[in-house]
Amino acid sequence: MRARLPILVGGLSLGISAALGQSDDLRVPASIEAGAAFSIQCGGSGKATLYIAGPSQVIKRDVQLGETTWFPAGSLYNAGHYVVMLASPSSSQAGSLDVTPSKKPADLTFIAKPSRLQVALHNGITGTAYVFDNYKNLITTPVQVSFELSNPSTPAQTRTVQTRDGAAWIEMDSTSREGKDRFVAQVGNVSSERVVGQVPGDPCSLKMNARASGDKVQLQTDPVRDCSGNAVPDGTIVTFTESYNDVKSTVDVPLKQGIAKVDMPAQRGAIISVASGVVLGNQIRWEQ
Amino acid sequence: MSSGRLLAASLVGATVALVTIGTLWPNASAAAYASGEHFSESTSTPEAAVQSLGEEIRAQAWDRAYSSLANKAQFTEAQFQRDLTSYYPDLRTYATLSSFEVQPLHASDTDAKVQLKMHWSTVVGPSLSSRELHLIKNGNEWQVEWPIKKEAVVPPQVIPVNYLRWDVINRTAGDDWGAQDVEAPHVRIVDMHPVQRAEGLVLLGELLNEDVVPAYVSVTATLISKDQKPIETEGSFDEISHQLLPKQVTPFLIRFPNVSLSDVASVRMNPFSTLVPASADPVIEIEDEKLNPAPDASLTGQLTNQSGQIANVAHVLGTFYDKSGQVVWVGDEYVDHALLPQTPVAFNIHIPEDLARKISSERTVVATYSFGGSE
Repeated sequence: MRARLPILVGGLSLGISAALGQSDDLRVPASIEAGAAFSIQCGGSGKATLYIAGPSQVIKRDVQLGETTWFPAGSLYNAGHYVVMLASPSSSQAGSLDVTPSKKPADLTFIAKPSRLQVALHNGITGTAYVFDNYKNLITTPVQVSFELSNPSTPAQTRTVQTRDGAAWIEMDSTSREGKDRFVAQVGNVSSERVVGQVPGDPCSLKMNARASGDKVQLQTDPVRDCSGNAVPDGTIVTFTESYNDVKSTVDVPLKQGIAKVDMPAQRGAIISVASGVVLGNQIRWEQ
Repeated sequence: MSSGRLLAASLVGATVALVTIGTLWPNASAAAYASGEHFSESTSTPEAAVQSLGEEIRAQAWDRAYSSLANKAQFTEAQFQRDLTSYYPDLRTYATLSSFEVQPLHASDTDAKVQLKMHWSTVVGPSLSSRELHLIKNGNEWQVEWPIKKEAVVPPQVIPVNYLRWDVINRTAGDDWGAQDVEAPHVRIVDMHPVQRAEGLVLLGELLNEDVVPAYVSVTATLISKDQKPIETEGSFDEISHQLLPKQVTPFLIRFPNVSLSDVASVRMNPFSTLVPASADPVIEIEDEKLNPAPDASLTGQLTNQSGQIANVAHVLGTFYDKSGQVVWVGDEYVDHALLPQTPVAFNIHIPEDLARKISSERTVVATYSFGGSE
């Protein structure tokens, strides 16, 4: 039993040493926050060279064995796993340390899609926020991100989402009013803003009127609006079709100042219809 | 080494001999293209006179063709030339007469009627035009009275156009990677239907721009076999109106030559759209659209440019539906004359004879191109 105790203590020591990723004479912190000051203790005597190598960063430092080597704030700033090597003329030792992202968010990348969509679409807008620290490391510990979609004419939609593996995402409804919405993601005092254009939907209750104009019939729509009452934008194509016996005339007319207007041949008994995209409007029988 | 020299010397000798023979005794068509010295001189019959005129037009020997006409006092040589090559830049301006046909219609001792069918090669394919020529006998010679079509002249005026135009600013390289780019227009295939034809499989359909911005569109389709392997991928090429204004619909037709519908398990459609700067003008009215039954089934009508801007090239696409409203065919025609403001120009879209009986309605769209930018 006495003989077994030193073996047990030695094994435990070796196990702890291995768990810490360092040898007996090289004491390295298991992890530090990105950009934080830290120290490494090197046992023994004499001179040696200390190497720290990790993602996109390498530090080489001449050290005095038996002393503590200090590294000021900002020395290691890229998050990741680093290998520490101590090389002296007589031997070499190795250890490792992890650099974790800072817990304080300093930057936010915000992707909002789409940049343009129809009004009144459920879950039509998606926003994804990636939270970074001061050194552009993705913060993988959970952080609360607040999202706000607002425009001047409707109440703002606000939600808070916790990040998972550095990202937080959300779906939101487009409002019923056309315009440019501000879509903001915020963490602490860091925010990022995108603009989401909400555009009118398909024309609703498309209606035209006809009146004689010389030997032509002048056709004009009422102001064209979508089903939420937004004016359909100028340039939208409205198709007028006149059928008379087996002959047909068609004109694709863009909306100008909210209405579409065209002159077509006046044929007694002609059937005139109006449509825009897949939306049909009213039909007129011309009897003059 | 010596055999190589012998071969080179033989090739040089043969080339010189062929060039000499070709120069001294050229064939008729080559001579017509080259110098005009070897046109058919005969005007002893109405057909021969029209044949000679056709050769001169093909060789673009305008002075020679003009001088042979009986009624040249009624117009200038420049007017005659522009009658054939257009007054305004259009498809005909850059076309060449590849061949022509002469068909006698009527003849007496003193006058005759002959039809001249001209097959033009244009940048978008062949184009046919036809003229009915009146000929008179002058001594022993027959002379053509050219039926000049003087282009309608638009009187000098100012046409105020309150036109709409969309311009696009895309994101730049310096923007944050999360920054949005302008969204591509949202387009949707609203109809798609495969048709088996003798020459292969044809996909017909319609594409809608459901966005509020103009779109440049195209459609590709991949046929998938029964073992889920792609058979072939094809695009609509020019059998589509590539520019769609908001809520505009275009038909499309995709050809798969030598593919049978029975080999196809499914079709993967891929509509493509991108934002383009565009103008809402010119507005083209399509008048007097008429479905003409077989034989020679066709859709005819007239295009009238309601704007002040000249549309140099017009592409007319007809979508043909059966009684249930299903697309049964898509046809198209390029109009080889520029569309002047308020000046009707006729079009004629051929319909396959076997499909003509099934067609009960149609819808026509026009894509126009103006020099200096597409519209």
